[in-house]
Amino acid sequence: MKRNALSTRLWHWTNLLCLAIMFMSGLNISNAHPNLYWGDWGFMPRDAWLHVARFPPWATIPNYYSLGGARDWHVLFAWVFALSLLAFMIAALVNGHLRSDIATHRKEWRPAAIWDDVKAHLRFDFTHHVGKYNFLQKLTYGLVLGVLLPLMIFSGMAISPGVDAAWSFLLDVFGGRQSARSIHFICAWALFAFFVLHVALVLVNKPIRHVREMFTGGGESDEAA
Amino acid sequence: MKRRNFIAGLGALVTAGCSKIGETKLFSDLVDGADRLHRGAHRVMGGRRPMAPEFTIADISPVFRGNGSTDVGTQEFYAGFTNGFKDWRLEVRGLVNNPLTLTMDQIRAFPQRTQITRHDCVEGWSAIGQWTGPQLSRILELAQPKASARYVVFRCADTLSGAFYYESCDLDDANHPQTIVAHLLNGQPLPMKNGAPLRMRIERQLGYKQAKYLTAIELVENFDHIGDGEGGYWEDRGYQWYAGV
Repeated sequence: MKRNALSTRLWHWTNLLCLAIMFMSGLNISNAHPNLYWGDWGFMPRDAWLHVARFPPWATIPNYYSLGGARDWHVLFAWVFALSLLAFMIAALVNGHLRSDIATHRKEWRPAAIWDDVKAHLRFDFTHHVGKYNFLQKLTYGLVLGVLLPLMIFSGMAISPGVDAAWSFLLDVFGGRQSARSIHFICAWALFAFFVLHVALVLVNKPIRHVREMFTGGGESDEAA
Repeated sequence: MKRRNFIAGLGALVTAGCSKIGETKLFSDLVDGADRLHRGAHRVMGGRRPMAPEFTIADISPVFRGNGSTDVGTQEFYAGFTNGFKDWRLEVRGLVNNPLTLTMDQIRAFPQRTQITRHDCVEGWSAIGQWTGPQLSRILELAQPKASARYVVFRCADTLSGAFYYESCDLDDANHPQTIVAHLLNGQPLPMKNGAPLRMRIERQLGYKQAKYLTAIELVENFDHIGDGEGGYWEDRGYQWYAGV
């Protein structure tokens, strides 16, 4: 098993911290106006496509309702989140992590190959025959890195009136501020679903070793993990 | 222990820890740093003078939500509301060479700007409306700010929880072409809930910056001596002074 690069490990844990803080402060912000709309504007519950549940204090930062306090946490860690993702992306391009571990090959997209990978996962067989990750892992990490995380950043920026004045094309991309806000919310929960799946799969497959390797880098043994 | 309880316990531990950190001086310094970073980044990203997006008549919301204060609540105000605010005065004072006291007619006599813009509340909702009024820069030109003036403070007639509402912005926002003293919403005099007879429009920032029931415009060097010194009613209650995020 190839080692996890230092840049990957540093980013992984920084990113976990950022996402946990931004998700939980985001739940506090959601409580301020728990209705989601499509388009440029929306403020009436009857125009909402989703009425969001109220999130309990144990799930929010701070642990009481504070829109001002939650926004402080959210936008402070937004900088850490975005800049560390940028640094990781550059490092992963330079050290080949994206090309050799995340990028998929054409033959992996054959339906039979995908089906074999799905069947192996259903048997809880996580052997990697070639490379660091199997197809479903590459696909999931690729979607998180290439789609969900960037969407979080740009939809978040499109909610800001100051950014909208500077980069109004973001509003065209997302179809208006309220659409951007809805997409921000949907992507946050998609990332939460990834987090649950990611932790569950580590727990069922050599959890201690995998977590240790995310700190030390691993690669001491060639046994597939 | 049930799994749900475990997750709730873990969540509570994180949120309680963060709540404690949130009360420290270091954290508030970091947040203030991020606030300045946002303001700087937004101005760099858009070049010298980014304009808030403007919309068409077809985009206007059927009603415009009123939030925060929706009434001043005094007999004098109700009397003004029925007589077209003929006794309302807008003072321009503080660090200016030529203090002004403007009537509604004088405000309507300035060159007017009409703009259809999106109002974004800090809570997350938005409404689109058409605003008309003189650009603040025109009024400031007449008042001639002194060289020491760095901020513009907006004084309001309304109170929230017993304290007068006020707001402030820097000179870049004050002189922005879309910063107007609005007296019309969708072509009609401002409704009571939207800040009659005058309200600010500072279009690159959130709703709490759009001071309603405007009575005075005050040029200052800093706002240490006003309210709790944070530059606005909501800023004194924990919200960020730069509301462009």
